[in-house]
This record gives sequence, structure tokens and C-alpha cells, in this order.
Amino acid sequence: MPSPIIRIDNITKTYGPLTVLDGLSMDVMPGEKLALIGPSGSGKTTILRILMTLETINGGHIEIDGEQLYHMPKAGRLVAADEKHLHKMRKKIGMVFQHFNLFPHKCVLDNITLAPMLTKGVAKAAAEKRAMELLDMVGMADKARSMPAQLSGGQKQRVAIARALALSPKIMLFDEVTSALDPELVEEVLNVMRRLAAETDMTMLLVTHEMGFAHDFADRVLFFDKGRIVEEGKPESIFKNPRQERTQTFLRKIIAAGHRV
Amino acid sequence: MEWDWTFVWQILPTLLQGLKITILATVLGALVAAVFGLVLAIARRSHNAVVSRTVGFFADFIRGTPLLVQLYFIFYVLPDIGIRLSPLVAGVIGLGIHYGTYAAEVYRAGIDNVPRGQWEAARATNLTTRQAWIHVILPQAIPPMIPALANYFIAMFKETPLLSAITVLELMNQAKSVANSSYRYIEPMTLVGVFFLVISLISVVGLRFLENRYARVDER
Repeated sequence: MPSPIIRIDNITKTYGPLTVLDGLSMDVMPGEKLALIGPSGSGKTTILRILMTLETINGGHIEIDGEQLYHMPKAGRLVAADEKHLHKMRKKIGMVFQHFNLFPHKCVLDNITLAPMLTKGVAKAAAEKRAMELLDMVGMADKARSMPAQLSGGQKQRVAIARALALSPKIMLFDEVTSALDPELVEEVLNVMRRLAAETDMTMLLVTHEMGFAHDFADRVLFFDKGRIVEEGKPESIFKNPRQERTQTFLRKIIAAGHRV
Repeated sequence: MEWDWTFVWQILPTLLQGLKITILATVLGALVAAVFGLVLAIARRSHNAVVSRTVGFFADFIRGTPLLVQLYFIFYVLPDIGIRLSPLVAGVIGLGIHYGTYAAEVYRAGIDNVPRGQWEAARATNLTTRQAWIHVILPQAIPPMIPALANYFIAMFKETPLLSAITVLELMNQAKSVANSSYRYIEPMTLVGVFFLVISLISVVGLRFLENRYARVDER
């Protein structure tokens, strides 16, 4: 039995008086594809942002790939991680954002090669070769020299996926990656992610409102409400036979809002 | 009072000498202000409260006191503590620091206008803070603020006659000295005005060009 690649142990996250995560614990196994669903404000996006170190935690511990994320050992004790430790830990993790966040002043190719060249010292030629392979995989090789502003939302998101992949993270975080897209552009992004799930053994955490996609994509689905995991299980059981009333209500609402299951 | 063209031709070389110094002081002052302002703007955003407050107080202090007083301090008071600067160097430093605090405000607005998602993308691709500034934030922040910066530098150009107070032989100082020795003011002062006007007008045309070129901000 392999050990979990992500171990979240009793973490708390508050914004002022508001408690977003309340003593949350969960494990993710290597290679697992996890879907996090739930109403907005339930804390699911916050988990991804915490794993990417875009937010800090107020309590608890997170272990990534056998190492503490927000803590580091020093003189036999665990102390708060410094920037150097966080920098090292971020190598293991990549993230794709709802609003793409491509670098608008750089062409598609440079968006992808920037970080490998700066953070891993990859030579330009090698970085570009790898970037072209990734662009080919996401179906964007012909747009390598385009600027982000010239692309559709779906194209931007496919480039953003390639940018995250270029750093070869062990864990990929997808934060509502299709929520900002026009409906007809959703499928092209989901197709890329299906291929990714099928062809790589990366661990993937997905926050989504696309229940149909979560059903096909995920090995395990977690339903969040008010900063806690209300229910978890295989996609079939969560979507077809939810046990908890809150899960049932949420799924009814989201189907009524026109989302497929 | 009559306009004397012979006198004009006679003093023109001296005034052009002064104009050269005026332009030199403006260009160097603008460079100092551009760099110093950027340092101020970044330090102002420091998470270290001591750094950000100190810098904020310093900027308010500089903006709240006259440039002329600052120039006197740099040129006439600093030598008391052993810092002796040539008039031009003192003038460039004075202009640079004074206008640097205004430039810092422009930078701050430009930096704040870069969406937070850009910082997050930089972090998610594991850039260091320094790399994020250099490769992601500043290349997006600076182009839209170039027109506003240029505006301040044109204003600074028109303030350079203040340097005559610390004996810099710029245009105004040269004009005053030829006027004082010949008791004719109309030609030198008119020429000073014309020089400033012509260069300002050319600068404004340049500014329009910069606005067209840079003021458009690309979408994400």
C-alpha cells in the first residue's frame, strides 16, 4: 500500500471572523484523480489555493510527497516554512486557474518556456522543444507565436494547462477551469484533461461545477459544505445514490440550473 | 525698449551653452527619478511595516517641501557634514529625488493595476518574488504609465531654472548673467521663454505619440 502523496491534517483557514476550513483532514493517493464539488463558499477552491501556497493556513499540517508544506524541520522541531522551503515545495505542484492568468505581454510559447528557463535553468532550445510538444498535445502548436489576447477562452485555458505541465509537477490543481468559458468552448478543454488523465499518472485535484465531467474523470468525489467534507465516495455512488441530504439538495439544485450529471 | 537682433546673435552661443546644461540636467534628473521612484514604489509595498512606513513618510516629506529648499540643503548644507557635490550633480540629485517621489505614485498605480492573478500565476509557476517583478509584473505595469511619467518629466524640465539658485550654469542662469552685465533683459528672457516653449511643445508631441503607443492595456 503506497503512502498518500497529499496528507491534509486538521487544517483551519479563517478570513477574519469567517471560518472557511474547519479542522479539515483528507488524504490523496499518488495518481488519484479527485473531484471536489460543493456550493460556492464551501472551501473547495481554498484547498487548492492553500496547496499552491497562494493562501496560508491558520492551523494544522499539510504533507506533500513526504515533506511538510508549511513547516520545515529545524533543530529537531517543526518550524514555519521560509520562502526557500516553499519554493522547493512548489516544484511538486502546478495549478490551472479559472481566469487562465496567462502572461499577456508574452506570446504563447514564451508563456510556457518562462518558468522552466527561470526556475529549472532549462536552456532556451530545450524549453521550446518541450513547449512545442506540450502545445501539440493540447492542440495549440499552430498558435505558438500568438499573443494571449488573440486567443479564445478555451485556447487560453489549453495554453495555461501546457504552461503548468511544462514544470512537470507531480500534482496538478484545476480550479474551475471551465467556469469562465463560453459553453461551446468547454468541451475542448475537457478533452485535453481527459487525455491528460488517461496518459499520465499525475495526481489531479479538480474543483468543478461540471458534474458530468467529474463523474467520468474522477476516481473519488468529495462533496464539501461549509468547510467540511460532507460525503465522499466513488463518482457512481455520490452522483447516483448520495446518502447525505445536503448532497442530494446540492445535486438537485445544480441539475435544475442546467448542469449535466 | 527695442528688440536688438545684433544682441540676440551675440548672446545666442552663451544661451545655447546654458540650454545644453538644462537638457542634460533634465535627462539625468529624469533617469534618477525613474529609477529612484521605482525603488520607492517597490519598497512601499514591502511586507515589513517599518520599511513601508519609513518610505511612505519620506515620500510625503519630500513632496511636502519645496524643491528649492531641498536644492539648498543638498548644495549648501550637506557640505557641513562633509558631502560636497558639484552644482550639476547636486541639482540632478535634487530633481531626481523630488520627482522620484511623484514617479513612485505613478508606479504604484501601474503596479496596482496588474491583476492579482498575475502574481498568482507567477507563484504557481514557482518564480521567485524577484523573478515575478522582473518578468511578469513590471513589464505589464510600466508601459501604461509611460505617458504619466513623461508628463512629470516635462514638468521637471520647466522647473530646472531653480537650479540657477545653486549656481548651475543652465539656461536661466546664463540668461541672467548676460542680462545683468548688459542691462538688457528683454532679449535674454524672451529667448529663455522661447527655448522652453519650443522644447515643451516638441515634448508634448512626443507625449501624444507615447500615449498612443502605450496607454492601451492588453487584456488578459
